[in-house]
Amino acid sequence: MTTKKPKPSPRTPMPEQPAAVRRANFSEVTLGYDLSMAMTEAARCLQCKKPACIKGCPVEVNIRDFVGHMAKGDVDAAYAAIKATNSLPAVCGRVCPQEIQCEGACILGKKGEPVAIGRLERFVADEFAARSACEQITGQAACAASRDGLSVACIGSGPSSLTVAGYLAARGIKVTVYEALHELGGVLTYGIPEFRLPKAIVAREIAALTDSGVTFVTNWVGGKTFTIPELFEMGHKAVFIGVGAGLPRFLNIPGESLIGVFSANEYLTRVNLGRAYAFPDYDTPIYPGKKVVVLGGGNVAMDAARTALRLGAEEVRLVYRRSKEEMPARAEELHHALEEGVILECLCGPLAFVGDERGYLTGLEVQHMCLGEPDESGRCRPCAIEGDTAHIPCDLAVVAVGTGPNPVLLNATPGLEKNRRGYVVVNEDTGETSISNVFAGGDIVTGSATVILAMGAGRRAAKVIAERLVGHG
Amino acid sequence: MPTTILAKRRLIPGKTSELVLDAPHIAAKAQPGNFLILRVNDHGERIPLTIADADPEKGTVTIVYLVLGKSTALLETLEAGDAILDVCGPLGAPTHIEKTGVVICVGGGTGIAAMHHIAKGHARAGNHVVAVIGARTKELLLFHDELSAFCHEVLVTTDDGSMGRKGLVTETLRDRLAADPTVSEVVAVGPVPMMRAVAETTRPFGVKTTVSLNSIMVDGIGMCGACRVTVGGQIRFACVDGPEFDGHQVDFGELCARLGAFRDQERVSLEKFHECRCHDHKKA
Repeated sequence: MTTKKPKPSPRTPMPEQPAAVRRANFSEVTLGYDLSMAMTEAARCLQCKKPACIKGCPVEVNIRDFVGHMAKGDVDAAYAAIKATNSLPAVCGRVCPQEIQCEGACILGKKGEPVAIGRLERFVADEFAARSACEQITGQAACAASRDGLSVACIGSGPSSLTVAGYLAARGIKVTVYEALHELGGVLTYGIPEFRLPKAIVAREIAALTDSGVTFVTNWVGGKTFTIPELFEMGHKAVFIGVGAGLPRFLNIPGESLIGVFSANEYLTRVNLGRAYAFPDYDTPIYPGKKVVVLGGGNVAMDAARTALRLGAEEVRLVYRRSKEEMPARAEELHHALEEGVILECLCGPLAFVGDERGYLTGLEVQHMCLGEPDESGRCRPCAIEGDTAHIPCDLAVVAVGTGPNPVLLNATPGLEKNRRGYVVVNEDTGETSISNVFAGGDIVTGSATVILAMGAGRRAAKVIAERLVGHG
Repeated sequence: MPTTILAKRRLIPGKTSELVLDAPHIAAKAQPGNFLILRVNDHGERIPLTIADADPEKGTVTIVYLVLGKSTALLETLEAGDAILDVCGPLGAPTHIEKTGVVICVGGGTGIAAMHHIAKGHARAGNHVVAVIGARTKELLLFHDELSAFCHEVLVTTDDGSMGRKGLVTETLRDRLAADPTVSEVVAVGPVPMMRAVAETTRPFGVKTTVSLNSIMVDGIGMCGACRVTVGGQIRFACVDGPEFDGHQVDFGELCARLGAFRDQERVSLEKFHECRCHDHKKA
């Protein structure tokens, strides 16, 4: 008789607001572990000799160590292990696509469910939030003494720039972050809704950076209020471009300028940055939609659909050209959206927006599709089923089909090399652009990607900047 | 950092005021045609306003607004010495200005103030600048003296004939174009129906016509697409591709419809604002 290895115990469930309750509020959906849940979950970790999870993390968090410390209830040691390579753990624990990164590589996942690494990371970061800023960023009780005359500028205040700022501040290098909008955080603030990433969490990470000596300047637009050569004239020794990819893509189909058709960026910016969910207490208005369609299948589409529900829509349909399996959204976001009542209209390609004589949206014409052979992205190509079209009545449509590079800063920077698609070209080992001591990372290099990949790029550039300015990374 | 209002001039009491802002970093860069985005307080929305003038030496920029909705009504409550929470700029592509000869700058309503900066740029470039400005009545006519200081001709029309010629700016414009084949460009800034009428007036003459579009904006830096306009059949963003476009190519009907997208919410917001103010007065 052979002894079978026992099946791993199931993951510790994450408490969350019931779907029926949360679809009417903007509070965070998931509520976080308590200490005993975190210890129980961490105890599932096998402490592999060759941990695959760490390779799956773009910023190489020492997951085995941090989970090991957590299993013993040692939050301090767990935090130090995470913070050694990740400057925004409370954010990453909430928005990283863990299922395709660390958790996707977890050995436990082969037989059962992987360790809930993201949830543990979030727990540790939240537990630690009360600590002083320097300890949060550097793991040291006191910040590194500031080194005279060494200053670096970051353009944009999203995850890549915040990572650069945290890394350099911990090494005594003065950093000034220039943000075009009136609030800091980039996509973490204007793009990701409160119910997925509370603004208080982002504010906490930024406050920690401020306390460690990072200067933030809002309402300064790269390429308009200042140019990159001017940053060097102001005394900055290196510049990091982390402006993201904010130019909204449209479908270029008839009727796209009808009233009621919005880009996801506009829709989410009104709600998240402008707090339009609290209109008229806040002055930014939002267009009310009863029957809503959201076009796309990524995280941004999920955010828009779930936002529309919370703003009182009766019906929200997600129109996507491929099938549910191909949706690029994080599995957890799709799961939450379905629980909240978002309806999927898969294998549907938009043909035209239809409106009334006053220019208001009344519906969307769609083409039913089937899946063909895989294309260059490896996903099955959607093919039109000739003659099979349908009409979806709607009064609000949100186009969430991706973004392109915003040209404002790039066009104002002569000598900055861009690729065919308009993104910044960098040296893959250093993150340096075609201009000496000007670095770039995040979506403005890769196109729309994830927070954690932007942070990985920030970390790589920051290492090189530190090596150049102080001789070691 | 909040931006201090250095001076306020009530141009039309309760309706239109001019603010001079202490904003050296914007003044240093502001070109004719640029605009800025401001947010009055932390509950405020981002609103775009054209830069009517800039003085890089003094570090000031001038804006002129028409009280239309809640945000401009709130702005109107501020006085010299008060601060505006966020001011961001200069934004938008500057006006294309080169020495071409005779340029007619047409302005209507608050648009005259915005047109002023553009006309100044053309005068500096050595063009013969003709200002054609109009209002319902004499008291509502803005920037007449300012324009007279550098424009070679200032042609005034009023609806009631209280100043200048009685009638519309387009009639004066048509006569001026008919009399002078050397006009190289017409620039129009004002309400959408006026800009549309100007474009139709100049079309038969084949004169290059530039309009400055006031579409709804949120970020103003090319990120949200709220301000999209159709120009020559193409989607363009007024905030970064504009705000100035070829008036003969603009789909004014669509622009007009899109400007009304938030009319219901704007009404709610303004009514609530007046109620609050009313309440304050009762308390006081």
